[in-house]
Amino acid sequence: MQSFRGQALSWELKDGVVELALHREPNNELGSMALAEAEKFADSLDQLSRTAHALIIYSTLPSGFSAGADLRELYQRSQNVQPVETIRIVRDQLERTHRVLNAIDASPLITIAALHGIVFGGGFELALTCDLMIADKTARFCFPELRLGLIPGWGGIPRLKRDLGNAVVRDLLLTGRSLNAIKVQQVGLVSQVVAEGESLRVARATAAQLGKFDRHTAVTAKKFIKPIPYDELRQEIDLFCELFTHPAVDAGLRKFVESTAAQPYLP
Amino acid sequence: MPNPDQTLTEILNLAAAHFKVSREKLTPDDDFFKTLGIDSLQTLDLLTRLEHHFHIELPDYELQGVSDFRTLADRIQARL
Repeated sequence: MQSFRGQALSWELKDGVVELALHREPNNELGSMALAEAEKFADSLDQLSRTAHALIIYSTLPSGFSAGADLRELYQRSQNVQPVETIRIVRDQLERTHRVLNAIDASPLITIAALHGIVFGGGFELALTCDLMIADKTARFCFPELRLGLIPGWGGIPRLKRDLGNAVVRDLLLTGRSLNAIKVQQVGLVSQVVAEGESLRVARATAAQLGKFDRHTAVTAKKFIKPIPYDELRQEIDLFCELFTHPAVDAGLRKFVESTAAQPYLP
Repeated sequence: MPNPDQTLTEILNLAAAHFKVSREKLTPDDDFFKTLGIDSLQTLDLLTRLEHHFHIELPDYELQGVSDFRTLADRIQARL
């Protein structure tokens, strides 16, 4: 499929560049609908890669790139079922999500995340699959999972470890604090910080530049530079499922879902 | 380095301009969630803008329980 218009995401191939847009109100919470559509995208990647050289992932929503996993859906699906069934559902979702994210990570396309606003949790994990991150000054990055009694489950830790020093990974994970784009550039994750509203334009300019290089060389370089940490990704799924059985998770999810506080997104 | 009063004034000016609220309506002890009509995501947006403006890092957990401009200014001043 060269183009697709879904309820959570859409994509289009134009001039050798695939643009994948996230557009599920209010904050691109990634739930079962987004996953089903992302699986369609992953299944189309091979075909798209035959004519495209780059992929840009961005959000059309003003609030930002993505708030991460749809916690309300996750909480609702975990209610009124036996714990064993809950874990089966969670593991199935994780396996499917990892398959999509691994496909983007390993894609022969050079991938660019064009970021603004919130880049939280699963949204951050999606961005981490990309080869380059271009963020505008409003972008804010966070892994708030620990306050839910969880760790990031969509490859966050292995991919952060691949790209960053361990001390920065610990800071992000263990404090759950959010970092602005300039800080995330300073630690080496974001390649360019641009003015507000400019990340997609700069991503397009970067994609055009990438198109000038020999495709086979670029793909070879990417494969050499960016190994996929498959073993750790698998360990992460097991750890996440193990943690999900703890009462702290149900309590953390309930607190978030039922919160009427003005600050539910502040760790 | 701005003194505490200057810091507070700069925060009020920035918040009024960004959220398009009359500057005269904002006072140091206002609950900024109510006065600005913002939620937690917009608070993070404000935090980002304040970090860039003052060239500081302010962990968001330091904002837990903070809802008035004066206390926010104290937190920022401690990082200057």
